[in-house]
Amino acid sequence: MSDYILEMIDINKSFPGVKALDNAQLKLKAGTVHALMGENGAGKSTLMKCLYGMYFADSGDIILDGENVSFKDSKEALDHGVAMIHQELQPIRMMTVGENIFLGNYPRTKLGLVDHDAMYKETEQYLEAVGLQVNPRTLLNELTVSQMQSVEIAKAISHHAKIVIMDEPTSSLTEAEVAKLFEIIEDLTDQNIAVIYISHKMKEILEISDEVTILRDGQYIGTWPANELDNNKIIHHMVGRELTSLFPPRTSMAQEEKVLEVENFTSPTALSFKGCSFDLKRGEILGVGGLVGAQRTELMEAIYGIRLHEDEGIIKKEGKQIRINRPQDAIRHGIALVTEDRRESGIFTVLSVSDNVAIASVNQYRHGPLLSLKEIDSVVEDSIDKLSIKTPTHQTPIGSLSGGNQQKVILARWLANAPDILILDEPTRGIDVGAKYEIYEIIGQLVEIGKSVIMITSEMAELLGLSDRIMVMCEGRISGFLDAKEATQEKVMDLATRFMGQGQDQQA
Amino acid sequence: MSEGKILKKDDFNFGAFLVNNALVLVAVVMVIFTALFADNFLTFNNLKNIIANTSLRAVIALGVSGCLIIRGTDLSAGRVVGITSVLSALMLQRPDAASEILYPGLAGSPIIAALAASMTLGLVFGLINGMIVALLKVPAFIATLGTQIAIYGLNMLLSQNVPIGSLNQNYADFGRSGLQLGPLVLPWLFFVAALVSLFMHVLYKRTTHGKYMYAIGGNEIAAEVSGVNTSKTKIMIFALAGALYGLAGFLLTAKTGSSAVGAGTGYELEAIAAATIGGVSTAGGIGTVPGVFLGVLVFELLKACLQFLGVPPEFTNIFQGLVIVAAVALDIRKTMRKK
Repeated sequence: MSDYILEMIDINKSFPGVKALDNAQLKLKAGTVHALMGENGAGKSTLMKCLYGMYFADSGDIILDGENVSFKDSKEALDHGVAMIHQELQPIRMMTVGENIFLGNYPRTKLGLVDHDAMYKETEQYLEAVGLQVNPRTLLNELTVSQMQSVEIAKAISHHAKIVIMDEPTSSLTEAEVAKLFEIIEDLTDQNIAVIYISHKMKEILEISDEVTILRDGQYIGTWPANELDNNKIIHHMVGRELTSLFPPRTSMAQEEKVLEVENFTSPTALSFKGCSFDLKRGEILGVGGLVGAQRTELMEAIYGIRLHEDEGIIKKEGKQIRINRPQDAIRHGIALVTEDRRESGIFTVLSVSDNVAIASVNQYRHGPLLSLKEIDSVVEDSIDKLSIKTPTHQTPIGSLSGGNQQKVILARWLANAPDILILDEPTRGIDVGAKYEIYEIIGQLVEIGKSVIMITSEMAELLGLSDRIMVMCEGRISGFLDAKEATQEKVMDLATRFMGQGQDQQA
Repeated sequence: MSEGKILKKDDFNFGAFLVNNALVLVAVVMVIFTALFADNFLTFNNLKNIIANTSLRAVIALGVSGCLIIRGTDLSAGRVVGITSVLSALMLQRPDAASEILYPGLAGSPIIAALAASMTLGLVFGLINGMIVALLKVPAFIATLGTQIAIYGLNMLLSQNVPIGSLNQNYADFGRSGLQLGPLVLPWLFFVAALVSLFMHVLYKRTTHGKYMYAIGGNEIAAEVSGVNTSKTKIMIFALAGALYGLAGFLLTAKTGSSAVGAGTGYELEAIAAATIGGVSTAGGIGTVPGVFLGVLVFELLKACLQFLGVPPEFTNIFQGLVIVAAVALDIRKTMRKK
């Protein structure tokens, strides 16, 4: 028998176009807290999903308690004592605490009905174990996020979990609630339960964990006792890669004139973006870096009019103040947004390439009541040509194209509108290297003709390689700007973690 | 080798063709079967009836099609047809009618006034549906389920539960007669339906409204991001649908020569079924005007065949119900295979 409750050895997992895990490893000792760290996309969540039965690893061994396992779904993982507390809690809000804890596992009476008395009685015992003082018959809807999390942990205990995975457990907790969570975690380890703790927050990691494993680009970088690490060492391990020069050579086209000024943008939602001010120059590529949860997408969507912001926030376009309440306003002022999630808010899967290109500029082709199909055709033809979109015909449904070509169609949609400012949210996510390069070239051509680009990206290479200037966000605030010439991975990561683990109010 | 490959490809296409056109094929087989085994099916008079029924229902189905394409539905169609049918009848009762006249002030109106009033009333109900769906964000199924019940109540008040007959002769003639083409009479209703189809076809394919409609059905969030005013578009779709039901109500009364509170009962489900048979996808974003017209024709042919084969009405209902379920199940098969 080894000392380890869990060994994940040489785990490989590929998705179309991406190698998400490349011989990843994790060795977990019973009764310890083990932090799993890495940049966005380093493979932390994928590795955990392989363990939890949500993904099948392509190859590699998972040895749980000396036994080689591969769970076909999360229920089986749970039955073997592996529980996961997700970042986005998904409890059934209109059911009670007890019903949630026993979901899928209800005690029955002799008649086969749910034995509510037994269920609630047992629930009390689990709630006590996590120190949660609520009536087991309370609806989940009435609990705070922190309390819901405790219910999830109670549920893990009810399944006699040996391993509890926590994915960014503190992302929506207050400081007091974090302290409470750490107490619960200590109780768990006292009962010899191991905790895998995924987080970006250095301070928390160094405080709570016994060991730290770091992944980078799906590869195993190493495991260290937490007391041998500090902020700088962790950042070094997380980012210490050779940056390959993937980027078309270009010189900055940024001019002095400010095309966009954003002042004091604050979300009405707590824990979202606050007090954000920045500007964008004509011909500039402004890269926006930050870790997951930095609220970059939310800030840009608020500027574009999809999300709300508090009234004191101001947008100026070419020096003149404008109001954007909905996307139509943004479009009218020459601002375009390519959203992060192509499938959810970008493409019209069943509609043709032609319709997908024309939708945002359709009013341009209108003469009297009717659209000129000829004009639409020529715009589409032009786009296919200029962006080298590979599609059999104009009428092919966009859903049958590759991710890279879909993304080019969406770029074409916005270019047809001739916007001055393009906001691109993760423009190369999930597309292959060749298409990425083409998209970089397109972005380069755009700034050459005087367009300005804001590019949110979680890929360090892209951020450093393409931007003229880099803005970094952390926990909803802009933590700093870097000139592309002076920017390094370490400097970006330092800014991206600047406010981590500090109380919200101390961030001045 | 190569021959085998081609054959295999043909086989696959044939299978897909079967799934995509199953109900059309069923209808063709039924028509051949009925023509062989039932008397009087292949007559010009019957053909005229089938065309007239298809025309009337096509107007309703075209109205519903927009609501379906944006992943909604409109269960109020039948009841709006009913109340506008009653309104048309009330306005076009002969002032000298032998039977009782409910509203002497309304009776004897010009035909064009009845048409305008019916379409306007339909439009108003459509606007209400659209606003409930687009502004109050009530799912279309529930919103129109509610309004259809309310509209039926209004119709009971309006018609006072009395059948309305003795209508303007020109109006009734318009509903029953048509263009004489040798032995065939092509009903005037057909020309109305053809005009509506042409209008809808151009609207769907050649206007910003049409593009916006398909975009909302294809991906409402993406449509919003692309600057589509989704609420306005939805309201317009429901309002136009309502106006078309109003037109259909006016036509229905002309065709039957009378009206009553029950007119149009169940037409919404027939229209939804016909549109689905005609390729309008319940998953949204897909559907064409010629497709809807074909779907209505298939549905009407199936009904006519059952009638001529002497199938009792109970079984006709059972069969129609199965056809509706089959149409949607086949539609879902189509989208499932794409994933």
